[in-house]
Amino acid sequence: MLHLLTTISKFTMIFIMALYTYFSFKALMPRISQESSAGLYKKQTALVMLLFINGYIVILMHTLYQNGEGEASSVTAAQMMLVLFLAELVLLRILFIIYKYFYGAASDALVNNMCMLLAVGFLILSRLSWDKALRQFFLAVAAVILTALIPLFVRKLKFLNKLAYLYAIIGIGGLGLVAVAGSTDYGAKLNISLGPVTIQPSEFIKILFVFFLASMLYNIKDIRQIYVATAIAGIHVLLLVAARDLGGAAIFGVTFLAMLYVATGRLSLFLGGMGLGMAGAFVASKIFTHVQNRIVAWKDPLSVIDSQGYQVAQSLFAIGTGGWMGSGLYEGMPEKIPVVTKDFIFAAISEEMGGIFALCLIFVCINCFLMFFNISMQIRDKFYKLIALGLGTVYGIQTFLTLGGVIRFIPSTGVTLPLVSYGGSSLISTMILFAVIQGLYCLREDQKREEEEIY
Amino acid sequence: MKKKRSIKNREYAVIAYGFLGVFIAMSLYFAYYLTFEAEDFINNPYNARVSLFSENVIRGDVLSADGQVLATTEIAADGSETRSYPYGRVFAHAVGYNTNGKAGVELDGNFNMLRSHSFFLTRLINDFTDKKDQGDSVVTTLDASMQQAAYNAFGNYRGAVVAIEPSTGKILALMSKPDFDPAGIASQWDSLQSDSESSVLLNRATQGLYPPGSTFKILTALEYLHEGGSTEDAFNCEGTYTENGYTIHCYGNTAHGEEDLKGAFARSCNVAFSQTGLSLDLNKYRTLAENMLFNKDIPTKISNVKPSTFSLKKGDDPVLVMQTAIGQGDTLMTPLHGAIIAAAIDNEGVVMEPYIMDKIVNDNGDLVRPYFGETYGSIVSKEDAKKLKKLMRSVVTDGTGSALLSDNYKAYGKTGSAEYTSDKNATHSWFVGFANKDDKEVAVAVIMEGAGSGSSHAVPVARAMFDEYFKE
Repeated sequence: MLHLLTTISKFTMIFIMALYTYFSFKALMPRISQESSAGLYKKQTALVMLLFINGYIVILMHTLYQNGEGEASSVTAAQMMLVLFLAELVLLRILFIIYKYFYGAASDALVNNMCMLLAVGFLILSRLSWDKALRQFFLAVAAVILTALIPLFVRKLKFLNKLAYLYAIIGIGGLGLVAVAGSTDYGAKLNISLGPVTIQPSEFIKILFVFFLASMLYNIKDIRQIYVATAIAGIHVLLLVAARDLGGAAIFGVTFLAMLYVATGRLSLFLGGMGLGMAGAFVASKIFTHVQNRIVAWKDPLSVIDSQGYQVAQSLFAIGTGGWMGSGLYEGMPEKIPVVTKDFIFAAISEEMGGIFALCLIFVCINCFLMFFNISMQIRDKFYKLIALGLGTVYGIQTFLTLGGVIRFIPSTGVTLPLVSYGGSSLISTMILFAVIQGLYCLREDQKREEEEIY
Repeated sequence: MKKKRSIKNREYAVIAYGFLGVFIAMSLYFAYYLTFEAEDFINNPYNARVSLFSENVIRGDVLSADGQVLATTEIAADGSETRSYPYGRVFAHAVGYNTNGKAGVELDGNFNMLRSHSFFLTRLINDFTDKKDQGDSVVTTLDASMQQAAYNAFGNYRGAVVAIEPSTGKILALMSKPDFDPAGIASQWDSLQSDSESSVLLNRATQGLYPPGSTFKILTALEYLHEGGSTEDAFNCEGTYTENGYTIHCYGNTAHGEEDLKGAFARSCNVAFSQTGLSLDLNKYRTLAENMLFNKDIPTKISNVKPSTFSLKKGDDPVLVMQTAIGQGDTLMTPLHGAIIAAAIDNEGVVMEPYIMDKIVNDNGDLVRPYFGETYGSIVSKEDAKKLKKLMRSVVTDGTGSALLSDNYKAYGKTGSAEYTSDKNATHSWFVGFANKDDKEVAVAVIMEGAGSGSSHAVPVARAMFDEYFKE
């Protein structure tokens, strides 16, 4: 009967996810009335909760039966899981309340997406590892507390565009520290250990980096500003390359080019820069063995399945064996994929919750960055326009690198899936990122009011 | 005002649409992988998930093209499952085994047989009643009567037989001896493993690397014709030929006397062909061999296939050149490859990739997934194929393959007696060739280890295969 519950839930969860995704794009359509989009958002919110509850019913039942029916240890584990479920449910509700009631102008679509991604992450982590799920919950609590006031700051602090060099100093200092003293992880230096806590500074610095570039480029009076911005951006990228964090270097590099292009209006700069980046990547693939390994694993993972190709092959086995419908929770083998809770979490989701579900998840991510670009176009102040565009680019490129790597569309670069993957730095920095964007949505309301007062 | 705004936002829109485009491309690739690539990709011994399927699915059957059951799962009263093989040893290497690892169709179709496409209501009821679903069956291209004919005609020799339908690449028979009882693999595992002398588990048809012997004269003759030679060029054979201090013997030291190239080919004259070999541009010779799939992965999706090897190059010792020209030297060829060459010559030079899984059907016999023969491409030109056909026909009409003359079909081929030790009298018996009648055609390769000459042993086996295939 457990199998039956899992199978039925598999289909209901796919259905809920598909409906949610459909609504999220329907609400984006032009000329949709405010009332009907408000209705859609309400339905979306309900769907997130429904999905979360449905998933946890399966998780709780499996936990209860994991060591045989009525076994004391299973009952205890199920009780703890129930508590975690309720706590996470409350946390998601609080997140809704913060943005819907305290920040009335915040984007409902974005809150819904944020909660949906968090909910999917919570579900799959509880399925994969109790310890990590628990840790992720506490990190999420911290993230909600830390970011609760950020939209307010963004709205009220008018000097954020004057701190360019402060952003740059912190950014270069942080990345420099990692390059020198970072701990090595899968061939790249990413982390700094502070006692029991390990943080990944580049996750936070990428947001400062966007603020830095926006401050430098929002009002170009002198061509030298561009040179300075380019030089400092270049230092960021080179420090990441020195730490062998090529995924990070790609995120920073593309973000710089996108913002430079938007600020100057010159597509040639963007394309030239991309060409230069490609050339750089080509050189890197000749110099760094860990880059070569990933390229070999990308080209033909089965030929090197015993070594470099193992992870990608396992990921593709997981996705392929799960198929469009998925195996159902607990009926796959996602634990066979190395680093499944972080870089390869998408493979676990696709395996057990289904390819359709996973495809919908990609579309929810698309919906997120479209919301980011949407606000960048609606807002008038160029500094904030650049912030929104830069953060949208950061989010878009990071999501692309992780999803593309997992499904072998591109070589894997070892970045996490924002809000879904396990990991504190990634989770908190993404929450900051979303909070800043929500601040911009609030700013737009102020802007609207001003316009109304004028006319 | 509005227009101005949209102009101002153009760059933003470019970035947004750029991202959208990239993500759509990625989503399409994801869908493509799941729909078209995943099924073949995940059928891999490293994918531990597939074995998990057997908890919910009864492994499906392996069937011959004519519907005979070659492997099935029997369920005892206590629910325990046993894999049984009604034909026993006859299909041992072709169908393979499913304990202590996997081989043959049991390996290649593993994933398919552990999936169920039974009627969905049946599966739903099974879910409720905690019963297993019946897995899908693999219908192979194997023809039970052809396989049986090969098995019976072969006797107790070691070696292999492969039969292919040239126009499609369907493998009709695939036999390797010594063989084993596939149902008894587990109980005999230790002795099968430790027996390194006879290598029972080695599928000689796809992995056995043998000196091709005189069957290689097909390639030597073709290269000679490419370099301006003619089938009417005259040779004189005295039974032996000494050059560079090395003596080439014809089989049994037979002196073939005055003959042209065609006659030398028909009677498999080593003297004429070693002389021919010495006249060749060795780099071109090597290119020809590689075009004909030596030193290349054999184009097929079946597992555990070894590539044949050809290593002669410009500047090599003339003695090695003479040996290579008659299929000795360092050249090695698998029986499957021999059959592919024969099939290609019959098929106007075009190789159809050999395949053994014809389709997947559910427990009701309804089609789940068909497989099709894929065209690899041309390995010899249409004209060359025609010339080789003439030469190979002369082997049957005037040479070592005369036992294949039949009123019922028209046979073509080349025999071989490949030396494998310094003892000139111990030879592997080879035959590669094909036969046709109207639209029906079949290509075969036969190798019998240490049996003697090609015409004495391999040809009768080929005859038995042809007779079976074209029987009224």
